[in-house]
Amino acid sequence: MNNSNMLLAAPEFWVLSMACVILVVDLFLREERRGIIHLLAIITLIFAAIITMRGDYASEGVRSALAFNGSFIRDQMGDMLKLFSYLVLAIVYIYSKFHLRQFRMFRADFYTLSLFALLGVMLLISANNLVTIYLGLELISLSSYALVAFDRDSRTGSEAAMKYFVLGSMASGMLLYGMSMIYGATGSLDLYAISAAVANIGSDDPMLVFGLVFLVVGLAFKLGVVPFHMWIPDVYHGAPVPTTLFISSVPKMAAFAMAIRLLQTGLGDLQGDWSQMLSVLAVLSIVLGNLAAIAQTNIKRMLAYSTISHMGFVLMGLLPGSATGYGAGMFYVIVYSLMSAAAFGMVILLSARGVEAEKLDDFKGLNQRNSWYAAVMAMVMFSMAGVPVFVGFFAKWLVIKAALDAGLVWLAIIAVVFSVVGAFYYIRVVKLMYFDEPVTESPIEVPVDFRTVISLNGAMMLGLGIFSSSLIAVCMSSFGA
Amino acid sequence: MLTLAHFLTLGALLFCLSVTGIFLNRKNVIILLMCIELMLLAVNMNFVAFSRFLGNMDGQVFVFFILTVAAAEAAIGLAILVVLFRNRQTINVAELDDLKG
Repeated sequence: MNNSNMLLAAPEFWVLSMACVILVVDLFLREERRGIIHLLAIITLIFAAIITMRGDYASEGVRSALAFNGSFIRDQMGDMLKLFSYLVLAIVYIYSKFHLRQFRMFRADFYTLSLFALLGVMLLISANNLVTIYLGLELISLSSYALVAFDRDSRTGSEAAMKYFVLGSMASGMLLYGMSMIYGATGSLDLYAISAAVANIGSDDPMLVFGLVFLVVGLAFKLGVVPFHMWIPDVYHGAPVPTTLFISSVPKMAAFAMAIRLLQTGLGDLQGDWSQMLSVLAVLSIVLGNLAAIAQTNIKRMLAYSTISHMGFVLMGLLPGSATGYGAGMFYVIVYSLMSAAAFGMVILLSARGVEAEKLDDFKGLNQRNSWYAAVMAMVMFSMAGVPVFVGFFAKWLVIKAALDAGLVWLAIIAVVFSVVGAFYYIRVVKLMYFDEPVTESPIEVPVDFRTVISLNGAMMLGLGIFSSSLIAVCMSSFGA
Repeated sequence: MLTLAHFLTLGALLFCLSVTGIFLNRKNVIILLMCIELMLLAVNMNFVAFSRFLGNMDGQVFVFFILTVAAAEAAIGLAILVVLFRNRQTINVAELDDLKG
């Protein structure tokens, strides 16, 4: 083991230095040249992707590499999640630029804060030590709190930021309390050492189980699953759409990676304990998320409850503790991020000058205003509902199959039944677009980059669905399945 | 003689106190911020106690990180508080009810 293998963290160093560069460059830019910031941010992401892909640490038989005394790990799962984080963040930037310009909020803060959050995401994905996990998590959280309050004059924005801050900090506190118990029981902060110690102590040590409970509670808060979901609808609703778009996509991948690192790498021997807790959380989220979404008239709130149910499905992939289950969860979370980006992209698309299109009614008659955008939204909704051929179907199918393989038939049945219930509110959006009269006839005008990206993002729902096998194979092989 | 159990009990008490504070308090957001700080300090107490009794320094290093992050967190929390007060002229928790549904 090489202790000073700093080059493994090259993508992180690159993103960190570029975030600082953008921070400084912005000082010297005039208002009308802010576009440069956008360009720099996109370039940062492209080069980060290149650097990540060029990392040749894996040799024959060695699938991961450690750096910084074992507190940082590079492996295939991490690299894949990082690459998709860059992709989704680039999509987020292109959608957001249009919205921020229209709402006179086009400032560099959005870009620097989200790049720092991305750094947190990368750190969390690559964490192999409780300290790294905590630091990555806080970097994401602190940037997100500020992003939610980004629109300084918004009443709802500041309220949402405060709620997010209080609940998020409390979740961090819970997580830390759990970590302290794990540390006390195992005597180490390193996940490999913890895993070895747990194998020694056995899974019935009360202090260990006590710590695990707090750890799962903290994790559930961050993922936003029932009963720790209270902040999700309020934050999604209150925050400006670009922020909602960001929070709903990129950090979810980090939260998934955190669950894998903590539960699989660190506490894999306690699988019997945590899979019970996760199954309760998963069932509650799938049931409550889908039921509550039906009652919503605000599309941001509806998508928030849909997030909750999707995160329930991700947990369902985790809880059997099998390699195929982890792979299915990873595929699900990647697909979810892309779907969520497209859905909120459509919300941005419909937001006219100064008015956010956050009502479901704003989608009425979209087909008559522009049939292509209506088709894109329909594809996203079908994918989220899990209609076959679309990529969302394969994600749900893999997760349910993993649960069935583990003998959790009751869980699979609940998941299927409530997917059908959930299909109702997704398809209601499609109905509004195709069979209702439009409220306004104003044409939809967006810049060409936005148009291209949202078309591609929508087409991805179908394309990734038809050609899903290669992505699924990569996700599965990340866990050796 | 003080044992590990004494320190853990103190940590648990402080932790419970802060959680109760967060849930019971309906008046002032600043009290919420204080409760969050207390929560982190309770965790620090745990880490230091474990570190001392295990004879392992890692926990104390972690405490330094937690303290630093707690400072950053307080800064962001107070900044949000200022924005909140400017927009709503109140920091009463019970009045933060625009977002519902």
